[in-house]
Amino acid sequence: MAKLHENTATELLRMLSAGETTPVEVMATYLERIGKLEPKIHALTFVNKDAALKEAERAAKELKGAKGKKKPLLGMPIVVKECISTTGIQTTCCSKILQGYIPPYDATVVTRLKQAGAIIIAKSNMDEFAMGSSTERSCYGPTMNPWDVNRVPGGSSGGSGAAIAAREAPLALGSDTGGSIRCPAAYCGVAGIKSTYGRVSRYGLVAYANSLEQIGPITITARDSAMLLEVIAGKDIADSTSVDVPVDKYSQGIASLEGLKVGIPKEFFGEGLKADVKASVEKAVDKMKELGATTQEVSLPSIKYALPTYYLIAMCEASSNLARFDGLRYGLRVDVPKGNYDAMFSKTRQEGFGPEVRRRIILGTYALSAGYYDMFYVKALKARTIIQDDFKKALAKVDVLVGPTMPTTAFEIGTKVDDPLTMYLEDILTVPINLAGVPSLSVPVGADKAGMPIGMQVMGNFFKEQQVLGVGMALEDVLQFHKKLPPLAGA
Amino acid sequence: MAADDGMQVIIGLEVHIQLNKLRTKLWCSCTSAYHGKEPNTVLCPVCLALPGTLPVLNKRAVEFAILLGLALKGDVQKETFFYRKNYYYPDMCKNFQISQYDKAGGVPICVGGELAFRAGKEARTVHFMRVHMEEDPGRLAYDGSITTSPVAYVDYNRHGMALLEAVTEPELRSPEEARAFLKKLRAIVEHLGIADLGLEGSMRCDANISYKGHARVEVKNISSMKEVEKALMFEMMRQKQKIKGGGEIVQETRHWDEVRRVTVSLRTKETEKDYRYFPEPDLVPVAIDKKMLDAARKAMPELPDARIQRIVKQYQIPEYDASVLCDSKAMADFYEATVKIFDDPKDVSNWLMGDVSRRLNEDLVEIEETKLTPKALAQMLRLIKDGTITGKIAKGLVKGMLSGAMPADLVKEHAVKRIDDAALLGNLAREVIVENPKVVAEVKEGKNPRTFEFLVGQVMKKTKGQADPELTREILKELL
Ligand SMILES: [Zn+2]
Repeated sequence: MAKLHENTATELLRMLSAGETTPVEVMATYLERIGKLEPKIHALTFVNKDAALKEAERAAKELKGAKGKKKPLLGMPIVVKECISTTGIQTTCCSKILQGYIPPYDATVVTRLKQAGAIIIAKSNMDEFAMGSSTERSCYGPTMNPWDVNRVPGGSSGGSGAAIAAREAPLALGSDTGGSIRCPAAYCGVAGIKSTYGRVSRYGLVAYANSLEQIGPITITARDSAMLLEVIAGKDIADSTSVDVPVDKYSQGIASLEGLKVGIPKEFFGEGLKADVKASVEKAVDKMKELGATTQEVSLPSIKYALPTYYLIAMCEASSNLARFDGLRYGLRVDVPKGNYDAMFSKTRQEGFGPEVRRRIILGTYALSAGYYDMFYVKALKARTIIQDDFKKALAKVDVLVGPTMPTTAFEIGTKVDDPLTMYLEDILTVPINLAGVPSLSVPVGADKAGMPIGMQVMGNFFKEQQVLGVGMALEDVLQFHKKLPPLAGA
Repeated sequence: MAADDGMQVIIGLEVHIQLNKLRTKLWCSCTSAYHGKEPNTVLCPVCLALPGTLPVLNKRAVEFAILLGLALKGDVQKETFFYRKNYYYPDMCKNFQISQYDKAGGVPICVGGELAFRAGKEARTVHFMRVHMEEDPGRLAYDGSITTSPVAYVDYNRHGMALLEAVTEPELRSPEEARAFLKKLRAIVEHLGIADLGLEGSMRCDANISYKGHARVEVKNISSMKEVEKALMFEMMRQKQKIKGGGEIVQETRHWDEVRRVTVSLRTKETEKDYRYFPEPDLVPVAIDKKMLDAARKAMPELPDARIQRIVKQYQIPEYDASVLCDSKAMADFYEATVKIFDDPKDVSNWLMGDVSRRLNEDLVEIEETKLTPKALAQMLRLIKDGTITGKIAKGLVKGMLSGAMPADLVKEHAVKRIDDAALLGNLAREVIVENPKVVAEVKEGKNPRTFEFLVGQVMKKTKGQADPELTREILKELL
């Protein structure tokens, strides 16, 4: 029989409701693993140890009653990214400027998780304010990839990705502004979905770039992601940009891939794509064909503009979103003797923000200023519409699009962190999806010669999460990547 | 209305109206009734803009904005957007203000509009550029004057209150006109029921002031209608002196220091803020359809101009009286309520515009802030009519009535009643004659009728105004 932590979240839930294990046993198992593995991978920023155990005891009692049966995640530990607001638990975005800030309120997704019976086991590491693709830019230090601790786990939700890969928890939440769920999912060999913009409430997600980002699951399998998404998705009156579209039974997936029309955007297979990645994705496409799908090449010509468009919009929004951190009300405050408000907040921001955050604030501020606004921001919004139109056109012809999530596999820690432009290029295949607003799932489809995981993106039409996830489930059923654990996590 | 020295001033106003008649703030469910509460207690994660929170537009605020837009005959837009106005200031929890914008594709909720009002004897019309919605920042408090206080305190209770900003074209020509304009605007807002303008900070202004041919100066932080005239007069004087002295007016933003009663320079054009407006990504466009407009038209209450005409027709009082009463909705309401139970409309308006208003002005209060009731006023008028008290006695009752007393009770309590005891009045009249031989002599000469009234007044004085004036006159005439 498989060890407890070797199970998917879906299987664990079945075991819990069948009485084959208990919430306390589950929680104790993962807490023990955290204790053992954290020194090696540093995926977490805060472990909610005592409270989580107490919650598990309560869940155990509840599980016996009729009410407990109605809670879809009762007793399930979950890791929550450091930028998602949790009552009484630090929410720092891994920035020095938010040290000491403890929110008095829960993000809507956290409220929904609690109502579903899930238990927050820990908060996870990330690039400061989600600005990065490697989780190296955290004030708590970098997270290591469980498959090779010399490599990055991807980012910015690298803590959640690594925690799932190492089986420190069965479920995790990340957030995805330009690939921050899919990148670590790909690099860590796990599943993660950025849903349609507006599908999941952003209330409680500390904003980096509001018009682009979504909270979403990072899990062992696509099926687990589907189950978790069912709980957190849906209209929220606290988020005006959330959309009132019914939440489907994502975990039911789709009947089969028979007749599914799959588009292969040629731009996803261009220059810079690592051969191993290309080969793995092509193999996965072949598997889809075996399962009855038909493929055709499609083109998204405008995505060559995606990277500058994305960075302009994201930096502009960030420059305004991050203005509230001025030391006056919460978090870090650096007083200047005899200084006024201007001196105090300038000093606080100078010391509180890391260099990448400062860079993006300055660039965004510049791009929004008088005389440049039309040239940059307005133009970027126009480009965004064109990119969105390309996706719409392609998705009118086919059911889903597939392509590599990342052009390469996880790189070594320290190799790109000082070179912002190279780091920005990491996002070339993920940012177009955020600009378009469509859903995209990353599922593991193989590994490179060094054994580092490779992820494939399944992109679908607006609110077609069920289809996207269904394709992922069908693939993982044949590929069975989730049965492989990083050596460090296997024991 | 050019000034005597031929220098023509041009004034434009940006009037902020706080929608404190909404139940809640603009983005959250905190109560709008923050006035008088402990600082920093009327707050929630949303209005304090804690990391991760999002604004949710108060729909009723949109309805209020539509009402004002229609009342000012503006063009209410079919779709309107919110923009971020970015600047660092400690009274802003987000260091940007969610507002609306009329450039770069921004569409405020209402474009254009006009307001007709009386300025002295002149009928004037001022046009609006726009009416837009925005959030109120918190409030900074100082130890005394802003320019000398060593500290600043921040109270965020006001943060996130709904504001409407009505921006006029630069068409006002004097501080008096500005006051008359604001008075009319105030009456409209009150009639719409969208704001209680009696509350502190509920109507604030920024003013643009310039002399023809010279640069424009913006004066900010004028906290009430009463301050507007003072601030404008100071700023005009400052500019005029500078121009006359051969100086040049600098285009700048100045701050009205209420305590020191001067305007002080905040920033000049070179250091003018770049607000980096861009569309608010956390809010969706607001669609205003025909249904909403129809509902607003249906809900539109009677406005001051219509009310004046109706009152003139219905109660047969002069238009002047009606328009003075309708300057304040509370006063007009009081008038109509009193007339309903005391059927002498002219008598009621005389008293309200006369002694009651005088008393209110002396105490610097509005009628709705007192405990005076239409019932009390009607009772007083009835006591005069049936001869129980004199008009003079009645005047003395107003103060007590403003504190909630009924006139009949006051009369009983202080035994103030009309004295019609001929024997008593005769005795007092004799005393007065003995005490004022000079006046009596003049009366007897018969040259000046006012000297006789002086003697009547002396008798009144001895009775604390309670003597029946007619009877006193008869007795005095007889005795002389
Ligand atoms: Zn609030």
